[in-house]
Amino acid sequence: MTGLVVIFSFLAVLALVLILGNLIAEGASSIDWAFFTKSPVPAGQSGGGVANAIVGTGIVVGLGALIGVPIGVGAGMYLAEYGSGRFGFLVRFIADVLNGTPSIVIGIVGWTFLVKPMGRFSALAGAVSLAILMIPMLARTTEEMVRLVPHSLREAALALGYPRWRTSLRIVARTALSGIVTGCLVGIARIAGETAPLLFTALGNLNFSLSVNQPMQTLSLQIYVYATGPFDEWHRLAWASALVLMGLVLILSMVARWVTRQRYGSIR
Amino acid sequence: MTSLPNLPIEGIPSGRASRETRWQSLIGTDRSDRIYRRILTGFALALPSLIVILFGVLFVESLPALKRFGPSFLVTSTWDPVAEVYGAAPMIFGTLASSFLALLIAVPLALSVAILLTEFAPRWLRQPVAFLVELLAAIPSVVYGMWGIFVLIPFLRSFVVPPLKAVFGWTPFFKGVFYGNSLLAGGIILAIMIVPYIAAVSREVLLAVPTSQREAALAMGATRWEAVRSAVLPYGRAGLIGAVILGLGRALGETMAVTMVIGNRHDIGLSLFQPAYTMAAAIANEFSEATTNMYLSALFEVGLILFVVTVVVNAIARILIWRVAKGAAVGSKAL
Repeated sequence: MTGLVVIFSFLAVLALVLILGNLIAEGASSIDWAFFTKSPVPAGQSGGGVANAIVGTGIVVGLGALIGVPIGVGAGMYLAEYGSGRFGFLVRFIADVLNGTPSIVIGIVGWTFLVKPMGRFSALAGAVSLAILMIPMLARTTEEMVRLVPHSLREAALALGYPRWRTSLRIVARTALSGIVTGCLVGIARIAGETAPLLFTALGNLNFSLSVNQPMQTLSLQIYVYATGPFDEWHRLAWASALVLMGLVLILSMVARWVTRQRYGSIR
Repeated sequence: MTSLPNLPIEGIPSGRASRETRWQSLIGTDRSDRIYRRILTGFALALPSLIVILFGVLFVESLPALKRFGPSFLVTSTWDPVAEVYGAAPMIFGTLASSFLALLIAVPLALSVAILLTEFAPRWLRQPVAFLVELLAAIPSVVYGMWGIFVLIPFLRSFVVPPLKAVFGWTPFFKGVFYGNSLLAGGIILAIMIVPYIAAVSREVLLAVPTSQREAALAMGATRWEAVRSAVLPYGRAGLIGAVILGLGRALGETMAVTMVIGNRHDIGLSLFQPAYTMAAAIANEFSEATTNMYLSALFEVGLILFVVTVVVNAIARILIWRVAKGAAVGSKAL
């Protein structure tokens, strides 16, 4: 049985190695200067790049984080500082349940709220949908990180005459800061790869666009369109875009780990 | 003139009261503290409001379909936008079938990883393997879908389907032509995607099992595997079931990867080689094509069903996991 456990575990790791290997093998050769600097050319022609999608990913994800991070971290602070009562329990439970909500559902609700009344698809609608996706997750990781701060620190600050809110912000949140930042980075990495909530909000855009009031392309949307499309040229760009997106997500995850290690590495 | 902060003197539980309750009781004596608390409460209110809004929007938007089709929406399988007749049975079937197929493959793998990481692996190996498996959760759904189209399906076609057909071809599950985009491909992709979630939560559950349980079994002469099977796994049973249900919740709602490989056909068939449909895939595919109000409403109803089912599934999973690992945000690392 022990052998079986080892084989099965090996299979799980093998899947990861295969996927990453394929990404590099198929995508790396298509990544050149034009890939990062040019916008897509009409279907059927070769050449072109995904500059619009790279910039779009930055804008939509950045805006999403701008909206989601304060709310998520604030809710997490509440859970850690005041969350032992019944309301705290409810919020915690809802956060956990929302964490598993299908992102496509958030996409169509985002469409109802932002696209339908405004009469057009927009990067902003996409960003709000991503923020909604991010909030419950940030709330939980922030809470977890803030709870790691020893109570003696709070008591020391209070004993020195600090009011509670300053203790919470200046001492507790400050101590847990690297943990909170890690949570935010992991959250950003996760929404950067999301496609489903953007299908009916940010929609995608074949041209270069910087306006948050207009449809905007992201790497994930681009991969979806190109991978399911009929042209070899599109498939080539899809692999390369996937490699770039994966690289982005991996870098964010690595930085997140590194930030945590800066603080907690020595304790272990 | 700044007044001294109100030092808490009265009403502090002392002695046996835990540090936590003492901290709680110190709160709310100062005006600025009350404001701070209100602001944080405002942020926290976002979560209950979100779940109410999500449910409310889905419910209101699906009212026309709910009124027109009633419960028959769940059991009929006609999906005809021209005649405006909608029944979601094929998608519900496809969602359940692909998710259970995924669990069938993912649970042994994920539990193996969890057991290996907590019980058998040498210490130096644990961190790297845990990291690699967690990375599986970091791969975007759309990348899984693309890998499914270009790598997994051709691989299945040449190396997996022919032997399956030769051996099990007589059963209804492996009959017919392999289409490429199929229930089988969808199930396998889903399985790979949910392994890290189940593995991460199971690992935390197993870590929460007291060492004394293992030691007792070993002292009775059990081998290490017997100790795992007879002492560790039963102790963590509720949490492990919770982990599996959590994986189920993920699989039910997964959209992009499944949409790209499952074939998107409104059909109920037992064969794993045939195309199928899932609720999430139907929304992703047809929402932008839905030109009539009833069509849109039917898709919203699909969304409503999906939302309610995943909320219930996740709630059950969380309750089971909390029973083992009291209140800790188990599995949040895998997010």
